[in-house]
Amino acid sequence: MTPDISAFSLLIGAVFTSNILLANYLGMCSFIAISRDINSSNGLGMAVTLVLTITGLINWLILQYILIPLGIIYLRYIVFIVVIAAVVQMLEMIIDRLSQSLYMQLGIYLPLITVNCAILGVALFIEIRQYNFLQTLAYSVGSGLGWWLAIILLAAIRKKTDKSPVPEGLKGTGITMITIGVMAMGFLGFSGMLAVQ
Amino acid sequence: MEVILTSVYIAGISAILSMIIYVTDKIVNNYGDVLIDINNQTKELTVKGGASLLSTLGEQRIFIPSACGGKGTCGACKVVVTSDIGPVMPTELPYLSPEELKISTRLACQVKLKTNVEIAIPDELFNIQQYSAKVKSIEQLTYDIREVRLALPEGTDITYKSGQYCQFEVPPYRKVKESTFRAYSMSSNPQDKENVEFIIRLVPEGVVTTYVHELLEMNQEINITGPFGDFHVRDTDAVMVCVAGGSGMAPFKSIFNDMLNQSTFTDREIWYFFGALTTKDMYYLDWLWDLDKKYENFHFVPALSKPQEGEQWNGEVGLITDVMDKYLKKEITGKREGYLCGSPGMLDACMDVMKKNDMDPEKIYFDKFA
Repeated sequence: MTPDISAFSLLIGAVFTSNILLANYLGMCSFIAISRDINSSNGLGMAVTLVLTITGLINWLILQYILIPLGIIYLRYIVFIVVIAAVVQMLEMIIDRLSQSLYMQLGIYLPLITVNCAILGVALFIEIRQYNFLQTLAYSVGSGLGWWLAIILLAAIRKKTDKSPVPEGLKGTGITMITIGVMAMGFLGFSGMLAVQ
Repeated sequence: MEVILTSVYIAGISAILSMIIYVTDKIVNNYGDVLIDINNQTKELTVKGGASLLSTLGEQRIFIPSACGGKGTCGACKVVVTSDIGPVMPTELPYLSPEELKISTRLACQVKLKTNVEIAIPDELFNIQQYSAKVKSIEQLTYDIREVRLALPEGTDITYKSGQYCQFEVPPYRKVKESTFRAYSMSSNPQDKENVEFIIRLVPEGVVTTYVHELLEMNQEINITGPFGDFHVRDTDAVMVCVAGGSGMAPFKSIFNDMLNQSTFTDREIWYFFGALTTKDMYYLDWLWDLDKKYENFHFVPALSKPQEGEQWNGEVGLITDVMDKYLKKEITGKREGYLCGSPGMLDACMDVMKKNDMDPEKIYFDKFA
């Protein structure tokens, strides 16, 4: 059953109330690794949004027109991840060819997100929650924007914690994990706005 | 049944995706043929663009050190790129020091070949190879000096600077139980990449020279490794003071022919002192006198240290060092560079004379094989 929720609410919900990163804890590795620098964070956020949107839609099409008709939904994990890998690789080639400056900004991060669990996570959520096409579009874009927002916020905070008197043992990843936890609690405040499932 | 079907589906989907990627790769990633210019035209490769510099060079059998295999995590595959190929990527930055950035060092695995590039790598990285060459001609230049010409195996070529040398490998023979290696300067023109030529003088009791003079036959295969050495013409406008004795003629034959070919021969004053005992030890005289006559800037000064009575000789007489000393004091002035090739004793004697004539020892070049 397709859930009864408008695409717009789904978009807002995906950004704030059920942020793929801070509510589902997906896409954590590149989130922590890249958030050291705000420019790279921006590029990576853009790349994740782009890839999420494209792979979300392609995977939805494959699910609807190949996996379900053939009755092989159990193959979704393999199929989704292979599709993601292929799409990312093609995107990298195309962006590299089209625009050098765009490639410098986000293309170089593309290989990093082939194995980003947020991308696979979104594809699987779409399947589990049985979104229709519009909802899929909204949810994919929203998740990407949410991820982007989260990494920008974290990069900004890390800029501050880098200069703050952090206890020796918590420096680096330690304080970052705590920061993410506090951010997640902050985002929990949005959850009263609307329920997205 | 289900197992088989599943495998078929997976294989099918993977195959379709691979095909799409392959087609995209062929269309989007097709940058056509790209020219890689290594070390200022020492070697030029025409390759297919689209892949990383590291893997492309690897396919051309030029192996840039890399520990991670091109993932951009070890920072070992540093290469100086002298042409403009766009800004350094964030993935490279962590591995490059400010000094390296200044001379535009890049990570070969992160540089994608899209246009022609000029790169600089240490010579020894790509140049040195072993060749199983075939003896093409042997010419007796004097009673104890042979000119040996070798043809490299078909499909291979050698790139070197005139003045460099190769290691000769001689198999065990007679009482010699092991393969023996000796270095000899190449006398051939670097333009000819398929053949190399050496001038080898018979040294009494010399393992390799004896072999070359007594046993080496036409069409025989012999292993050489190279090129090696730092003896080559420096690109300055200083006067070249070249001194050679015996088979030390070899690198100069190569250097002069190379300069003639590149039309740089007339760019500067060149003095060539060549020492021998008697006229019987002289060779290539016609060629050198011709050059002397033809080019005003080239001065050939041969000298005999022990001329025999009754010999026809219109050159200098005396030790080559004394003759050179005379000229350095009188005729050769201004900025000077020394180029020496000969026996270690001769090299030392020449160095002394040059230093006494206020030549900068840093600008006296030679390769000591001993």
